[in-house]
Amino acid sequence: MSAREFAQQLKARFGDCISEPKEFRAEITVQLSEAGRIAEICQFAKKEMGFDYLVDISSIDNYGTDPRWTVVYHLYGFGHHCHLRVKTDVSEEKSELPTVTGIWRAADWHEREVYDMMGLRFRGHPDLRRILMWEGYPYFPLRKDFPLAGKPSDVPEVAFTRAAPEEGGPFVTRPGGKDSTAREPRAHELEADDSAAGARAEKR
Amino acid sequence: MSAGAAEELTDLQGEKMVLNMGPSHPATHGVLRLVLELDGEIITKATPDIGYLHRGDEKIAENMTYTQFIPYTDRLDYLAPLANNVAYALAVEKLMGIDRELPPRCQYIRVICCELARLSSHLLGLGSMAMDVGALTVFLFTFTEREKIYNLIEALTGARFTTSYTRIGGLARDLSAGWVEQCRQFLGEVVVTIDETEKLLTRNKIFVDRNRDIGVISREAAMDYGLSGPNLRGSGVEFDLRKAHPYLVYDQLEFDVPAGSAGDCYDRYLVRIEEMRQSVGLLRQCLDKLPGGPDNKAKEPVDIPDGKTVLPSKHKVLTSMEELIHQFILVTEGVNAPPGEVYFSAENPKGELGFYIHSKGGGTPHRLKIRSPSFCNLSILPLLMPGHMISDTVAIFGSLDFVMGECDR
Repeated sequence: MSAREFAQQLKARFGDCISEPKEFRAEITVQLSEAGRIAEICQFAKKEMGFDYLVDISSIDNYGTDPRWTVVYHLYGFGHHCHLRVKTDVSEEKSELPTVTGIWRAADWHEREVYDMMGLRFRGHPDLRRILMWEGYPYFPLRKDFPLAGKPSDVPEVAFTRAAPEEGGPFVTRPGGKDSTAREPRAHELEADDSAAGARAEKR
Repeated sequence: MSAGAAEELTDLQGEKMVLNMGPSHPATHGVLRLVLELDGEIITKATPDIGYLHRGDEKIAENMTYTQFIPYTDRLDYLAPLANNVAYALAVEKLMGIDRELPPRCQYIRVICCELARLSSHLLGLGSMAMDVGALTVFLFTFTEREKIYNLIEALTGARFTTSYTRIGGLARDLSAGWVEQCRQFLGEVVVTIDETEKLLTRNKIFVDRNRDIGVISREAAMDYGLSGPNLRGSGVEFDLRKAHPYLVYDQLEFDVPAGSAGDCYDRYLVRIEEMRQSVGLLRQCLDKLPGGPDNKAKEPVDIPDGKTVLPSKHKVLTSMEELIHQFILVTEGVNAPPGEVYFSAENPKGELGFYIHSKGGGTPHRLKIRSPSFCNLSILPLLMPGHMISDTVAIFGSLDFVMGECDR
């Protein structure tokens, strides 16, 4: 069976909530209109259609349109060598959909990454916490409204959170200081009293 | 609380020790932090903590053109940068619909790049795996060969490490003079080293004892956890993207795909050794069949002849108006990709490296997701580690052969 036939089978089984299969560059994509049924769809795909491998779960931020989130599941079957892409939209107010970790264990980390980067929650996930960023990081970095340069945030137990030259720490060298203490002060206010720093250095 | 109850409580609590391994650790193959719960020497629970090398590649990709992102792909699996370059270029070319139009010389050179990268990565993987379990000499043997590969890559791309060799629609430059001869000589030498490595390790009692029946991954677990590459094949799933979904000229080349049966560390080691031999065979075939030959006297192209995708030659840019405009648009706006989405994956040395590009048209992607093999390979650690001793950790890490640059992106 080809991927298109699998997609037709999915549509026949689940009816209207599955869109017509779209083909682009020899890849078949189906859109699921009810995100809440994704676990059912995936269970059927694995058990009845032989998609025993979850390749990837991605998330897209459609900033400016509603629904804001699109979650993309890439499925594959070792038996029939067919790829299928299942996309589903999630609105920003809901920001939640069921987990598929019960179907493929690979989804565990993929969903954690989607949560970490986009802020989408997965109902029923065994351990939904951040994976790439540290626990307690306040933002969701891959959202379109998060700037590329990042936002300053608290990193526990780390000395510097801004780019090194801006930290004013030992990486900033002021030429002409008397000794290395004056030339390379530890953390200091860049604008504030150089005289105070110099006086402190003199005292030492 | 009475003294007796308090003692009991501390007794119970004292059974398991929580040990932190990494992120800065000589045996964790990069910045991986592992929180181990130990019962004496036996691991009862292992929780990997990744993200120490997270650089926001996917966010960066949304802000630059497809060509500008190529150097970032070098730094994904930094032990096989050429393979990442090829996978990314093929993904963008698939999006643009030009992947079938690549000139044959370009495709053969890209296969050569991929197989050299595979040799390089496996040499390092096996060398460090052997070193971690105690066979220090093997590490030096494999690194001598890697040095030769680095010399070859430097002659080819200009850099030993961060190659950025492929471009959308072709390559940065053609092979240099004498490169093919240098490569053939290297292939003769690397086979000798692979044989020596096998003599030192394959029937070595200590190596076998440290790797046999350690880190056993069943077929079902391998498929369920999304493993790929030698890890998947070591567990008995005979699946290779180069055979199942051939890209470039792999369908015109002859090679075998080794697979294990037991799914333990030893099987994964054997799979990698055999893959290296197959890579040598593939490289020999490519060098023999290279269209245009070693010096390209016939002037076979390495780029597709489309001024809107590939930078025109400098001579034309400086003298002709049309090429000047193409150059300007390509550099400032990037290649004009059609709206749509595409997923392309290549058989990288570590596994299946995939790029999912969601494009809204134009020169920058709306979303680029990197499907990293090491990310998926690492997710099996909480299943794999309990029941083993701490000293088995290094054997398991070495056999899984992951790279944090790829895992964290």
